Amino acid sequence: MNNNDLKIAANQIRQSIVQMVHCASSGHPGGSLSAADILTYLYFVEMNIDPKNPKMEERDRFVLSKGHVTPAYYSTLAQRGYFDIAELETFRKVNSRLQGHPAMQYIEGIDMSSGSLGQGLSTAVGMAKAFKMDGKENRVYALCGDGELQEGQIWEAAMFAGSNLLDNLTVIVDNNNLQIDGSIEEVNSPYPIDKKFEAFNFNVIVIDGHNFDAIAEAFKQARQTKCMPTAIIAKTIKGKGVSFMEDNVAWHGSAPNAAQCQQALADLKKVEVE
Amino acid sequence: MAEKIATRISYGETLVELGKIHDDLVVLDADLAAATKTDMFKKAFPDRFIDVGIAECNLMGIAAGMSTCGKVPFCSTFAMFASGRAFEQVRNTIGYPHLNVKIGATHAGITVGEDGASHQCNEDLALMSTIPGMTVIVPSDDIEARAAVKAAYETYGPMYLRFGRAPVDIINDFEGYKFEIGKGVRLKEGKDITIIATGICVGNSLEAAKMLENDGISVEVINIHTIKPLDTNIIIESAKKTNRVFTVEEHSVINGLGSQVASTLAENYPVKVTKLGMYDLFGQSGPANELLVKYQLDPTGIYNQIKEKL
Repeated sequence: MNNNDLKIAANQIRQSIVQMVHCASSGHPGGSLSAADILTYLYFVEMNIDPKNPKMEERDRFVLSKGHVTPAYYSTLAQRGYFDIAELETFRKVNSRLQGHPAMQYIEGIDMSSGSLGQGLSTAVGMAKAFKMDGKENRVYALCGDGELQEGQIWEAAMFAGSNLLDNLTVIVDNNNLQIDGSIEEVNSPYPIDKKFEAFNFNVIVIDGHNFDAIAEAFKQARQTKCMPTAIIAKTIKGKGVSFMEDNVAWHGSAPNAAQCQQALADLKKVEVE
Repeated sequence: MAEKIATRISYGETLVELGKIHDDLVVLDADLAAATKTDMFKKAFPDRFIDVGIAECNLMGIAAGMSTCGKVPFCSTFAMFASGRAFEQVRNTIGYPHLNVKIGATHAGITVGEDGASHQCNEDLALMSTIPGMTVIVPSDDIEARAAVKAAYETYGPMYLRFGRAPVDIINDFEGYKFEIGKGVRLKEGKDITIIATGICVGNSLEAAKMLENDGISVEVINIHTIKPLDTNIIIESAKKTNRVFTVEEHSVINGLGSQVASTLAENYPVKVTKLGMYDLFGQSGPANELLVKYQLDPTGIYNQIKEKL
């Protein structure tokens, strides 16, 4: 896929995010929109996966440690062919497979249940360690929030990953700078994020998380790095692509109404035409 | 009387035995391998032993991740940290996705001894039992502990196994002993009262039963090694026979074995149930045996409590 194809896929995912959150009247659009480009690259280029064979043994694994951005995750999985796009309408509704936070027992493409912040990275580290023990080539990816770095368990996991030389692990931090109570600096600053991961023996790459060239180069570097896990600090914009949601913490966990949904889709369709 | 053995030692030795047969078995610890006895496995299979350091929440997460990649992880730390500190990790990351992780929690209850109340977990059975799909097992002696560890490996699903620090008498060395997850064991027939016990309190209850028999009271003794799923049949059957039930556990009387027996009988065959255990209080430092005497969970203490409340 070239960059243009990726942009189109990411735009489709963003439209799905807005629609499914509106349809559920509930969900987390802001951090979903900021993570959409990373997820698109992971699922359409980077990871060794097969949506038709979701349990394939040699597949790479993904853990959504920032588990609340299921709108982005489910949209990506649906666009990639893991399940029918129409199912996105059931998100957060009774008897749906699409729970508010990822539940691996319902969807075969989900490698790990998550949702309670700080816990996902440990599970990704466990997977990476298991593959290393068996001398397997599978790679493991974990997407964390920047506010999530306030959880102590993240650093327990990071310490183990660095200490165990898990170069098959790539952690992506969706650094959109906002959390529910405000900017991450105002609440309890995790900065400098890059230096913290460096101190835990990570190879650290800071990129524009909406630039597919930069994303591609970062994952390439991660693959080439030996004896160290990689942390990609992706500078992103919360609400990316929807004018009135961009960099606005109010859209962390609230759903657009019908008019707002239309306006958001109009914003995204404009980009599509460009 | 045969030699006393702490169930944590049975655990450590059985892990080594299983490790010889099963390549997918891995053991994780959080800097307590010497105490939890997983150091035996570490010595035998260094490549399949992982020490995450003093980080119990991470311990549970790593075990969960490994279980999705074809491993059968047994992870160990003290009961206090496994069920308490890491409760939410066990609930959300192991219990909710129903992963095949075995938690071997040692140093449970007051018989931790000298370390005192900060390390004496009397709440783990309550905490672990509330997690949907979690199996909770408390072996009563060396023989049962070994059988439980083997059954845990052979049975898919999240499991909490509770082991003790203090040596305990062997009580299951009789012909026909069979361990089956979820099946209670009637150790002694009786007709006046039923004592239902778990863990180290089973042996002590058998001793107390002998003392009660000397007073002319016919005592039935049931070992409930699996707190969840609970063998409700054996409990109801015995209550129908004796119409008077006592429960004994090295755990809070709130939401442990006693509460679960009481609610089973309340729903099915209401008889008077008296719960012996830790009465909504923290323990304290001291030698294990002296603490059992202080909290009346030694044979004489159990005997006295039953005589008083009968």
